[in-house]
Amino acid sequence: MKANADGPLIDVRELKKYYPLRGGIFGKKIGDVRAVDGVSFAVRAGETLGLVGESGCGKSTLGRTVMRLEEPTDGRILFEGVDLTDVAGAELFPLRRDVQMIFQDPYSSLNPRMTVGEIVREPLIVHRVGGRDEQMEKVRALLDTVGLGDETLERYPHEFSGGQRQRIGLARALALDPKLVIADEPVSALDVSVQSQVLNLMGRLQQEHGLTYLFISHDLSVVRHVSDTVAIMYLGRIVEKGPTERVFARTGHPYTRALLDAVPLPDPRRRRAAAPVKGESPSAVSPPPGCSFHPRCPFAVEACTQIVPPLEQFEQVGHISACLRKEEIKEQLGHGAVTGVQPAG
Amino acid sequence: MSGPTPSLLEIEDLAVGFDTEAGLLRAVDRVSLEIAPGETLGLVGESGCGKSVTAASVLRLVPIPPGQILHGKIRLAGRGDLLGLAPADLGAVRGQEIAMIFQDPMTSLNPVFTVEKQLLEVLRLRFGMGRQSARVRSIEMLRTVGIPDPDARLAAYPHELSGGMKQRVMIAMALLSEPRLLIADEPTTALDVTIQAQILQLIRELQQRTGAAVLFITHDMGVVAEMCDRVAVMYAGRIVERGDAVGLFTRPRHPYTVGLLRSVPREGTARKSELPVIEGAVPSPFASPVGCRFAPRCWKRMTLGDAEQVRCHEEDPALERKADGGVAACHFPVTDDER
Ligand SMILES: Nc1ncnc2c1ncn2[C@@H]1O[C@H](COP(=O)(O)OP(=O)(O)OP(=O)(O)O)[C@@H](O)[C@H]1O
Ligand code: SF4
Ligand SMILES: [Mg+2]
Repeated sequence: MKANADGPLIDVRELKKYYPLRGGIFGKKIGDVRAVDGVSFAVRAGETLGLVGESGCGKSTLGRTVMRLEEPTDGRILFEGVDLTDVAGAELFPLRRDVQMIFQDPYSSLNPRMTVGEIVREPLIVHRVGGRDEQMEKVRALLDTVGLGDETLERYPHEFSGGQRQRIGLARALALDPKLVIADEPVSALDVSVQSQVLNLMGRLQQEHGLTYLFISHDLSVVRHVSDTVAIMYLGRIVEKGPTERVFARTGHPYTRALLDAVPLPDPRRRRAAAPVKGESPSAVSPPPGCSFHPRCPFAVEACTQIVPPLEQFEQVGHISACLRKEEIKEQLGHGAVTGVQPAG
Repeated sequence: MSGPTPSLLEIEDLAVGFDTEAGLLRAVDRVSLEIAPGETLGLVGESGCGKSVTAASVLRLVPIPPGQILHGKIRLAGRGDLLGLAPADLGAVRGQEIAMIFQDPMTSLNPVFTVEKQLLEVLRLRFGMGRQSARVRSIEMLRTVGIPDPDARLAAYPHELSGGMKQRVMIAMALLSEPRLLIADEPTTALDVTIQAQILQLIRELQQRTGAAVLFITHDMGVVAEMCDRVAVMYAGRIVERGDAVGLFTRPRHPYTVGLLRSVPREGTARKSELPVIEGAVPSPFASPVGCRFAPRCWKRMTLGDAEQVRCHEEDPALERKADGGVAACHFPVTDDER
């Protein structure tokens, strides 16, 4: 069924997801919450796209819409070249096998009344893969893959630590041999030492099974580590996207710069000098006109308040940015606001 | 800093336990700390290691029962041992001499009072400030912490504010009281990085202006590096290493500290490379290893000979100054060529 073997595994075009905003005594629709507002990206098989942004920017909605847990308001989703946008109901069944999701909260994403064995086996039952013995064998193999032993089969989620629960979630997600895994903040709830265990596991699984990841996170250092390509989201839109190294070294958008400058470095000799970017994220209900980042942007000029900046190439094919002034300010964007070595003590 | 500054806060050999169905849980054990005026001390470690219980003990906020202070003293300069303070004096210390900010702002905000009432009360108690001037000062502070339209927000109840706003109101309240000691327990963990940067900046400004001491609790090594002069690393209820920030980050002595620092991806880490990990998980507080509590997970121990490993498993290392000047609880501290 592969339409084009060299094409991307998943190709999302101008995807929109609006939620109705209701108000008044009759609960009439009075507007839209533009959670995802025209997002396009493609991920090649075996690669990782990191999606970064702050809370409420629409990252999770985007993930859920791609997964078709939400109906898109507009736009297209192509999987292996096949347009899935208008596919619904039972026809979505194959997609449900090929695309799996893991969630931030390993505590609430597993059914507390099911044993680990049942949790991991459930997708195999739903999709009628093999008989009981085959399924049990597969479950054991999956648990082994994620570093859990057979003795976990009969135990319940509450008996496990956060990192172990995330492993259980991964084992379940892998049960149907998916092609794409959408990971929504998979390590945010974990302690750093456990974070690296789970990240290593995800990396190993990608290599061994050729998995493709859409990795959603607010943590730039984690995203930088795992992604081939990064996309930065602000208020429902992608404002910058490009090869990971490129985006971090030759930043093309003031919001990306602000995010990078805001991440504290684990080195007390290099502390921030610049004043942090002002203000909070505005709401997706009434996004500011023009560039939605303009109220917080240190580089904003009159034009930024009026013109919605298009996503255009920045310096290199494959690196795009939605900033009107990207060319004029690129020298400032390329450098972080970190001070040099400070005297010790 | 040159020469020892007299401490503002001294925690001496603190042990705190909780009565649970499974028996007495020693959440904090043998913890000693000092903070001087104007200084920021970072308390770091993984979930459940006892950071919050340590901080809560200072203000006697540990629920008793099930909690109990098993041992130790907590001295605040000019007040003596806080653990022996009469309830009335304790009330005066809380919110005035010592302020606390938490990850969950509703721990400090009262849901039934408006923002105005809560802020004005702080200023009245602390400085005896009248209504009019307190109102002006509150509006000023709300603006400083980045709350738009502060005039209008004064009338709001906490539930009418977004999470980030509530966080800022709580911080405004803590800053207004100009405490001698600010205890910040993961104050920015739930916030976006750009907002986090703003809040950290505010705490630094307060400190520069008033010379307050800050006890900063976090599990984020980046935040520690950014904020702290000195750092104490906790593991399973104990302090396992202590030192000035630069020394701790550049020459960590305890294998656990080294592991923590290594496991975060940083600028130089090759993309998609295998990250160093600390194998295993934190021991259950009911089944603490007899010897070094870190021994079951310790990479350094695994490089040692049998006789030395027996020592790790059988003898509990004390927190002490090592030959190279570091302070760590480890029989075989990490050397320069092992880092
Ligand atoms: N009220 C309580 N009753 C029983 N046990 C408690 C209570 N409060 C804390 N503990 C236990 O004390 C230990 C230390 O907890 P503490 O909250 O200090 O950890 P922490 O280092 O702050 O962790 P985190 O990073 O998750 O905030 C834990 O084992 C915890 O379960
Ligand atoms: S005492 Fe032994 S086990 Fe404990 S940290 Fe040091 S080397 Fe590791
Ligand atoms: Mg805590």
